[in-house]
Amino acid sequence: MVLLFVCFCLFVCFSLLVLLELSLMLALLTKATQFFSSGHTNNWAVLVCTSRFWFNYRHVANVLSVYRSVKRLGIPDSHIVLMLADDMACNHRNPKPATVFSHKNMELNVYGDDVEVDYRGYEVTVENFLRVLTGRLPPSTPRSKRLLSDDRSNILIYLTGHGGNGFLKFQDSEEISNVELADAFEQMWQKRRYNELLFIIDTCQGASMYERFYSPNIMALASSQVGEDSLSHQPDLAIGVHLMDRYTFYLLEFLEDIHPASQANMNDLFKVCPKSQCVSTPGHRTDLFLRDPGSVLITDFFGSVRKVEITREAINLTNPTELSLRNELKSEALFYVDQLPVADIIHQKPKQKDWHPPDGFILGLWSLILLVFFKTYGIKHLKHIF
Amino acid sequence: ELKGNKYNKNMIFIQIMLIINSFTPPPPNDQFQEEMVIRPLYSGDIYASFQFRTQWDTDFLHDGKKVSHYRLFPKSLGQVLSKFSVRELHISFTQGYWRTMQWGQPFIPSPPGAELWVWFHHTVTDVDGNWKELTNVLSGIFCASLNFIDSTNTVEPSASFKPLGLGNATDHRFLRYATLPREIVCTENLTPWKKLLPCGSKAGLAVLMKSEKLFHSSFHSQAVHIRPVCKDWQCTSTAWELRQTLNVVFDLYTSGQGKKEWSLFKMFSRTLTEACPLASSSKIYVDVTDNPGVNPLISTAVVLGDRRTYSVYDLTKKETFGQLRSLNLLLRWKGENDMLRPPLHAERYVSGFGLQKGEIHTCLYNSHPYRAYPVLLLDSLPWYLRLYVHTLTVTSKTRENKPSYIHYQPSKDRLRPHLLEMLVQLPPHSVTEVTVQFERALLKWTEYTPDPNHGFYIGSSVISALVPSIVAMDTNSTRDRPLFSSFFPTKEESSYFMRVYTEPLLVNLPTPDFSMPYNVICLTCTVVAVGYGSFYNLLTRTFQVDEPSAPLAKRLANIIRRLRGVPLL
Repeated sequence: MVLLFVCFCLFVCFSLLVLLELSLMLALLTKATQFFSSGHTNNWAVLVCTSRFWFNYRHVANVLSVYRSVKRLGIPDSHIVLMLADDMACNHRNPKPATVFSHKNMELNVYGDDVEVDYRGYEVTVENFLRVLTGRLPPSTPRSKRLLSDDRSNILIYLTGHGGNGFLKFQDSEEISNVELADAFEQMWQKRRYNELLFIIDTCQGASMYERFYSPNIMALASSQVGEDSLSHQPDLAIGVHLMDRYTFYLLEFLEDIHPASQANMNDLFKVCPKSQCVSTPGHRTDLFLRDPGSVLITDFFGSVRKVEITREAINLTNPTELSLRNELKSEALFYVDQLPVADIIHQKPKQKDWHPPDGFILGLWSLILLVFFKTYGIKHLKHIF
Repeated sequence: ELKGNKYNKNMIFIQIMLIINSFTPPPPNDQFQEEMVIRPLYSGDIYASFQFRTQWDTDFLHDGKKVSHYRLFPKSLGQVLSKFSVRELHISFTQGYWRTMQWGQPFIPSPPGAELWVWFHHTVTDVDGNWKELTNVLSGIFCASLNFIDSTNTVEPSASFKPLGLGNATDHRFLRYATLPREIVCTENLTPWKKLLPCGSKAGLAVLMKSEKLFHSSFHSQAVHIRPVCKDWQCTSTAWELRQTLNVVFDLYTSGQGKKEWSLFKMFSRTLTEACPLASSSKIYVDVTDNPGVNPLISTAVVLGDRRTYSVYDLTKKETFGQLRSLNLLLRWKGENDMLRPPLHAERYVSGFGLQKGEIHTCLYNSHPYRAYPVLLLDSLPWYLRLYVHTLTVTSKTRENKPSYIHYQPSKDRLRPHLLEMLVQLPPHSVTEVTVQFERALLKWTEYTPDPNHGFYIGSSVISALVPSIVAMDTNSTRDRPLFSSFFPTKEESSYFMRVYTEPLLVNLPTPDFSMPYNVICLTCTVVAVGYGSFYNLLTRTFQVDEPSAPLAKRLANIIRRLRGVPLL
């Protein structure tokens, strides 16, 4: 009887231990799977402001606030393509040069001291934007202007400006339609240029821009539905324009609470700026996204991956090659050139134009002349000429 | 497992020992100097000029040997120089216009907007291809829209812009010059410029460069100049010199609150705490020629043809910083006497009315009382201003002044701009006026910028002159001189070289009505729909008589009749 009782106790203890170990392993496993579940190894951001002119100050402030948050959470400048259609900070109308503020209390200068704008002024066009997305840039484009993403990149795309039902206006002279944008994303998918894409747009009727998406792994947010206008936050009487749009203002407030190790997920982002604060109804679209939005971290898109693997192996360094002494080939003294050699300039020979072979018209004309000449006078006169 | 670790640790230790024994670092052959000059101006403004110089004894253009170890010289620029076989590179970004009559002459002149001129090495076969790629690479390095430089705004001057560095070959086929007068300068251009410095903006004079103060000024110019210089006093071999300069003029009323009292803190909202540890010399020069001060450390230098007195503060010495370990200079002056008139001054404006024709006037002022000197005027005008060169006149003192050298290259539509270079002798104490008439072209509607009613900018004219100097200039170029006096090389003692830029012009071109395509489509579609549509309907529509619907009783009766198989009512 006692034996039975002891056996029973041992069995219970053993099973408890096994359960404990299993639960521990499960916890570790979920942590490990969560660690690698997002499947991306690098982060990129493409931030575009499409409006020109001083009264569109708020669009530049929108983009710069997202740029600031993204940089703060870890994405370096080399992985951010920032496009600003006009210069507000050093605009002559700005009473405080080299600053762009988000609120009239002027606490936060979103322009900052360490900003690198890749496309500015007239370079922000629909063509350049689509070329950056699809990667079809001319070969001489520098690296800072390229989106060098691969199939393990998570890309954040943020657009702001003036828009309408199905289009976004670029610089008051051209538009991009939602169909073009959806096709560009499909090209990116076909060329495996992204792992997951988060698309945020802050314009009037912004939800119309993500209606036509059909590529997988895209999540989209917009500041207003079709038929609604996105409103600006508040004007500043000292600067004289509206400083920021409502949706991005509350988005910035939300992002200021996020730090690189934060566990906030996309469901919190969908709750940013409800109708009571924004007056318009923000919308989102997650049907093309494979993972559950509740399991997607904000830092998957706004922050940068820092997965570190420690290794204990040693690496052999090769000896550096010794620097050879430069042979002194010439020993005559060199001198500086005369900056304004008046005598030389006056007697300068006229620049020799490069000789080009005569083009078709001249050749044809001369051959016609020669033909007529020889036809009139006959070949037998040739020997008198040569 | 433990044994393996110990073995690895031993291996690493042995390897490090081997490396240390076989590698003795050679003495560094690059040096870095920084200096700042503060000059109070007669109008109450203050002019601060920073110069950072890195001199490196190496050969970028040597075949076969690739430079791979960069210490003080920035790697991004070094790779650009070797890849494109650049002999000299000068790039400047300027916001504002230098007012010569109020401020005198700058140490390093620059035109508003962006200016880039490059001398390529004589081994380059395709200069235009190298130029195009170089502008794209530089636009990425400096975050500027330099990729807008193409054949429509690049010129090949034939006599101006001789190389400022060593060398004897001056074939102007290897020179390219371009300006972008509309280029905006802001913090995004200052950030990469600061990152090129060895100490960055963390130590030395560069800590003063805060963008909120620097851009709240009347004039701001940052430049990078790279050229080969003499390595030592014998001048048998060359070293590369990189000069980064920043000139800024703070306005008396917007930054100075109306008082002629300036300090480092008031100008830059920072004070200095240390010199850059990598610098071999770090000095501040304050111009006290007109207002002798109390600082015992005085030095004189001949700059811009005049001998000026400076009080020197050496930041590499600990005593300069005092007990609080920070340096803040205070300048107070009461300038009542008149400024010495600058010997050369230029103005340019457009006259005329309407959107068809106009006339460009360039006025050159020679204020020297008895000496005449030659100036070289370089004008590069875009192709959409069609110049009437037969109306080009040069007059001084109401008489015609024939230039001794004219080089004119006409423009080609959408390919090449106009280039006009003239060597004019300016008589003493006179105004020389150069006028030329032009006609404005109508561009294609896709060639207009998104804001065409703002106007189109025309780049500044460049005037290069050899001006007679008041004091004998020092022609020995290798003696140790402060940086600001050794930028332009001097060949003779009685005159010095100077470059003056005029204002850029803003010209309105006739702009079409950009809503016309939309209007045309609407109108055409309406006409087609209304006119053709009704005509088509008239021809093809057939009419059928439609009986009115029968009352309810009749309909019921019809149903019963249909069931019975009897003809309907």
